[in-house]
Amino acid sequence: MATSVLAPRHGAPPPHAADAAILVRGLDHWFGTGEARKQVLFDIDLAIERGRLTVLLGASGSGKTTLLTLLGCLREVQAGSVLLLGQELAGADERILVACRRRLGFIFQAHNLHDSLTAMQNVRMGLEVHGPAAMRNWREACAHLLRSVGLGERLDYRPANLSGGQKQRVAVARALVGNPEIVFADEPTAALDRESGLQVVRMLKRLGEERGTTTLMVTHDPRILDLADRILTMEDGRIVGDRSLPRSDPTSLPGRGGGHRDAG
Amino acid sequence: MTAVLERVLGRLPIGWLQLIHNRGRLAAALAGVAFANILIFMQLGFLGALVESIRRPYAAMDADVIVAASDMNTLADGSPLPRQRMFEALSVPGIASATPLSYGRIDWKQPDGTIRTLDVFGVDPAARAFGTPAIDAARDAIMNADVAIIDSGTRNVPRGLFEKIERGEPYRFEAKGRTLTVVSTFTIGGGFSADGYLIVSDQTFLRLFPQRASGAPNYILLRLEPGIDRGAVLAQLSATLPDYDSAVHTVDEAVARDQAFQTTQRPIGIVFGFGIVIGILVGVIIVYQVLSTDVADHIREYATFKAIGYRQRFFLGVVFEEALVLACLGFVPGLLVSLLLYAAVSAATGLPLAMTPARPPLVLAGTLLMCTISGAVATRRLARANPADLF
Repeated sequence: MATSVLAPRHGAPPPHAADAAILVRGLDHWFGTGEARKQVLFDIDLAIERGRLTVLLGASGSGKTTLLTLLGCLREVQAGSVLLLGQELAGADERILVACRRRLGFIFQAHNLHDSLTAMQNVRMGLEVHGPAAMRNWREACAHLLRSVGLGERLDYRPANLSGGQKQRVAVARALVGNPEIVFADEPTAALDRESGLQVVRMLKRLGEERGTTTLMVTHDPRILDLADRILTMEDGRIVGDRSLPRSDPTSLPGRGGGHRDAG
Repeated sequence: MTAVLERVLGRLPIGWLQLIHNRGRLAAALAGVAFANILIFMQLGFLGALVESIRRPYAAMDADVIVAASDMNTLADGSPLPRQRMFEALSVPGIASATPLSYGRIDWKQPDGTIRTLDVFGVDPAARAFGTPAIDAARDAIMNADVAIIDSGTRNVPRGLFEKIERGEPYRFEAKGRTLTVVSTFTIGGGFSADGYLIVSDQTFLRLFPQRASGAPNYILLRLEPGIDRGAVLAQLSATLPDYDSAVHTVDEAVARDQAFQTTQRPIGIVFGFGIVIGILVGVIIVYQVLSTDVADHIREYATFKAIGYRQRFFLGVVFEEALVLACLGFVPGLLVSLLLYAAVSAATGLPLAMTPARPPLVLAGTLLMCTISGAVATRRLARANPADLF
């Protein structure tokens, strides 16, 4: 379908195409319409490898959140190509987008937990979307994940009775409970103090590595950079820096909560 | 409740949890739904009372067929008929008996100077025009000039007055320049035009209404022989009587025509019908307000759910769940208050307001429908939006 219309403009096959979780080619994006129309992304080419924590760094307004939401099926692709887990997103209909979203996990700047639901119920929402089969042992799965983010004692607390860091950890559990292939995190530490921010990112990284999850994190928070495997820098809608760091040893990572888990 | 809903829905009952999380809003929403229900119940009650009050005088008649002037819309507006039509009707095989019935209206001045309107029936005391035992038993009494029997259901008259009459103390009052003596009572009950009924002999009727010619009643009541082919008799009656001045209807038909006329042609019926529409509109608006505010308040959470991969169907389900909970929980107080108001209005006006068995299920179904429509409208905003634009 639309894939043929919006075929990648670059003729040569991109490097690492086979093992890339996300492959972006010639992505442009605009906001607004008519005279107010403003381009926010310019000709983005990008390959995100599987199983790594990639950080997208940049000042506010550099387009990093826009890029993240485009890759995460939260925004319609206007021009260019986004191949997410082998699925072309340009021109994809709602049915395909929903199917893709179910293979992803999201963590937002604000925790976005449902304030009427307990921690358990909030995490359960991340599982229930996968249908009755996924719900068979939901209690165990949700409780296990909440314990592994250090909230074993607060399973039945509502968000109003949790601290900012605890809420964000519930959000991490909700994002991970469905065993997503890619986790998108949009400034997950912005609303947190230094200590709880680091704690959340460490957990995200540890759980991601245990499960082999690809993680793409937007931030302008320099304190979490040393946890990243790769740092992309954006400026004015363009990627201006791409730096891979030596892969850190997962076992040396400081973290809290249960150290072992059955990756299910 | 949560566990029950979870079982029914096969998912976490988010709508329910959302509603009970904010008790204040839930109470306000339920009050709104109950209010809309009360509005609709009251309008239906008034409409039902109108229809019932029309039926009652017909139901008291001891007749199968009513012959009226062809211009008759209601019992109060049939023109006089030549008495000759009665004899023509009697010539049709299958007619067991016939009796004339005259209709008029008088004012009954109360001691405090206010006026009650009475619908007056003039009957031939020698025949049975009304089947009610109380009326039938008074046939001998009203043979005397200026003697009447009165409807003890007449509106805004102290009960004591009727109790005195029933104890055997005749009550006298002046009307149309004559002194009427009321010797006993019966019960029909007032409607929306008159406050009650009065029954006198045909002779007394002519004294009360001297402008009316003798031999020109308003209606002729016919009884058919038992077991006869009604359709054939009616057809022959219609053929026998000239249709320029008389129309033949079974009593049931006459009731239906009268009710249809008063509910659709008269302002009063239209007002109550309109009231029902307003009640539904108010309900839709209240529920829409509640649901759309609730959707707006949870738009970030819903956007998150949408980002996770929930479909529009899921959000519709959540809002429908809320709508159904509101409809059902709001209906209970709405029904209870309406029952109290029915009793209060009946006591105050003497109108036959009563809850029919069909009415609560009808209103509940209507409430569910209006809540569902409101819910569907309230989720429109979510349907098309990119999740990223909702945060």
